[in-house]
Amino acid sequence: MTICRPGKGQLMIQFDAVHKRFPNGTTAVHDLSLDMPEGGITVLVGSSGCGKTTTLRMINRMVDPTSGTIRVGGRDVLQQDAAELRRSIGYVIQQAGLFPHRTVLDNIATVPLLLGWGHRKARTRAAELLETVGLPAEAGKRYPHQLSGGQQQRVGVARALAADPPVLLMDEPFGAVDPVVRTQLQDELLRLQKELSKTIVFVTHDIDEAVRLGDRIAVFRTGGHLVQCASPAELLARPADDFVADFLGAERGLKLLSLTTLADVPQGPAPEGARWELVLDSARTPLGWRDTDAPKDAPLTPVRPLRDTDALLSALNEAVASPAGLVARVDADGALTGVTSRDDIHIHAGRAHAEASVAA
Amino acid sequence: MTIEWSWISGHAGDLAALTVSHLQAALSAVFFGLLISLPLAVVAHRIRPLRGFLLGLSNVFFTIPSIAIFVLLLPVSGLTRTTTVIGLTVYTLVVLLRNTVEGLDSVPTRTKEAATAMGTRPLRVLLTVELPLALPVIMAGVRIATVMSISLVSVATYIGDGGLGQLFTDGFQRNFPTPVLVGVALTLLLALVADALLVAVQHVLTPWTRQKRGA
Repeated sequence: MTICRPGKGQLMIQFDAVHKRFPNGTTAVHDLSLDMPEGGITVLVGSSGCGKTTTLRMINRMVDPTSGTIRVGGRDVLQQDAAELRRSIGYVIQQAGLFPHRTVLDNIATVPLLLGWGHRKARTRAAELLETVGLPAEAGKRYPHQLSGGQQQRVGVARALAADPPVLLMDEPFGAVDPVVRTQLQDELLRLQKELSKTIVFVTHDIDEAVRLGDRIAVFRTGGHLVQCASPAELLARPADDFVADFLGAERGLKLLSLTTLADVPQGPAPEGARWELVLDSARTPLGWRDTDAPKDAPLTPVRPLRDTDALLSALNEAVASPAGLVARVDADGALTGVTSRDDIHIHAGRAHAEASVAA
Repeated sequence: MTIEWSWISGHAGDLAALTVSHLQAALSAVFFGLLISLPLAVVAHRIRPLRGFLLGLSNVFFTIPSIAIFVLLLPVSGLTRTTTVIGLTVYTLVVLLRNTVEGLDSVPTRTKEAATAMGTRPLRVLLTVELPLALPVIMAGVRIATVMSISLVSVATYIGDGGLGQLFTDGFQRNFPTPVLVGVALTLLLALVADALLVAVQHVLTPWTRQKRGA
C-alpha cells in the first residue's frame, strides 16, 4: 500500500483507507490513502480501468466508497447531504457535459441558481466568468452546440467555477479537443490557477498533461492500486518501479527537461564573422540565420528564439535544429539578449537530470 | 355524387357545434393520455423490468376493438362524453407512452450526470433536464396521438357521440352524400390545423433546436 502524504500545508482532501468494490465484484479502488493539499493541482493518472475516475467521483459522492473515509475540508463526505456537498465542489466533465437546452449563460449559472442566488445575481456572475475563461460576451446567448469543442470546454470550466467552490474536480476535461486547443486550455488553466488557487483534482491518462499541470502526480495501476505519488520532477527522475517507468515512457528524461527552464543557462554574444550570422530587424528581433557561404539572395534559415521561461527541452530541440548549433535568446519583448551553445545546453540538461535524481 | 351547397349554408351552426365537440373529445383524450403516460413513462424508464410490461400493456389496449371498449364502459359511464374520452384515451397511450419512454431514453447519460454532479436533486433533474430534452420526441408522439384521436372520434357515433362522425351516419341513413363529404373535409381540416399548431408549440418550447451552429 502506498500512502501519500505531502506533509506540509493545509490538507483539503483526505482519503483514508478507502476501498471501492462494485456490485459486479470488481475492485475499482484498493485501500487508498491519499492527501491532497489546499491550493494545489493533484493529477490522478493511469490507464483506463485503474480507478482514477472512481477516486475522483468519490470526492463529490457520485460514487460512495465501500469502506474508509474521505474528508473534504476536514468533514466526512458521507456525513453530508450529497446534493449540497456537490454544489460546494466544482466539477468539469469529459466533453464538457453542458446542458444542450440551456444557453451558455444559463449553463454557467446552474449552481448559483441551485444555491438560490436569484436570476439576476446568477446571470451577472455568469457573465463575469465568461470573461474570466476568455469567451466573448455574445457567446453567453448561444446554445452549447453553436460553440467549438474548445469553447464548450471553457464554458464547462466557467460553470464549475460559478459558485466559487474551493475544490475543483476535473475528469479528463481536455480529452476530446485537438492537441493545439488542448495546450491552450492547459495554459489557460494554469493561468486561472495562479489567480484563484483552487484545490484541483485532475484525472487524465495523458502523462504529458499530468507533468504539465500537476503539482503532484498520483499514478494508479489496474485494480485500483496507487503506485506512486510525487512531484512531476521526482516522478520522472525516480519512478518507484518498472510499471511507473513504463508508464512515463522512454522519453521520461526529456520530459524532465520540460520542467526546467532556460534561465540559469549562460549566454554569450551572437557570433560575427563565422559562417552563420543571425539577422535582426530594427527592434533586434531575430529573423533567421544567414549562410555567408550561400548567394546573397538565398532565403534565411528560420530561427525560433527562446525566452528565459522556456523549457530546457525546447532549447535542446532548437539547438539540434539550428544550423550553427546555437540557440538565440530573447527578452520578454522579443529582442535578442545573446546566444547559447549546444554544449552549454547539454551540460545543463545533464545537470538538471542528475539533480532531480538525488533530490529528496 | 354532388354536393348540395345550400345544405351546408343551412347547417353552418350545427357544423360549427359538431366541429367544436369533435375537437374537444380528441383534445381531452390527448390531455388525459399525457397525464397518464408521463408518470408511467418515468416508471418504465427508471425500472427496466416494468418497461416491457407497460409498453406491452399499451399495445394490448390498442388492439381492443373500439366497440368492445364502449360496451365494456357502458355500465360504468353510460352513453356519455366520458365514455368517448376514456375510449380514445386508451388508444393514445400506445403512442404517448412509447414516445415518452423513448424521449427519456434519448437524454444523454452524460447530461443527466452533469446535472446530478452540480448538486441537482433527482426530481429537479427530471423536470428541468430530462423532460425538456425529451420534449422533441414526446411532441412527435403528441402530434401522432392528436391526429389519430381526431380521426377516431367518429367511432363514438355508436354511442350517440362522435362529433363530426354524426354526419356520416346521417348521410348514410338518408343516402345523401353531402354531410359525409363535409364531415370528411372538416375532420381532415381539423387534423391538419391541429398538427400545424402543435409544430408551432414545439418550435416555441424548444428554442435550442432552432439555431444552427455558428448562427
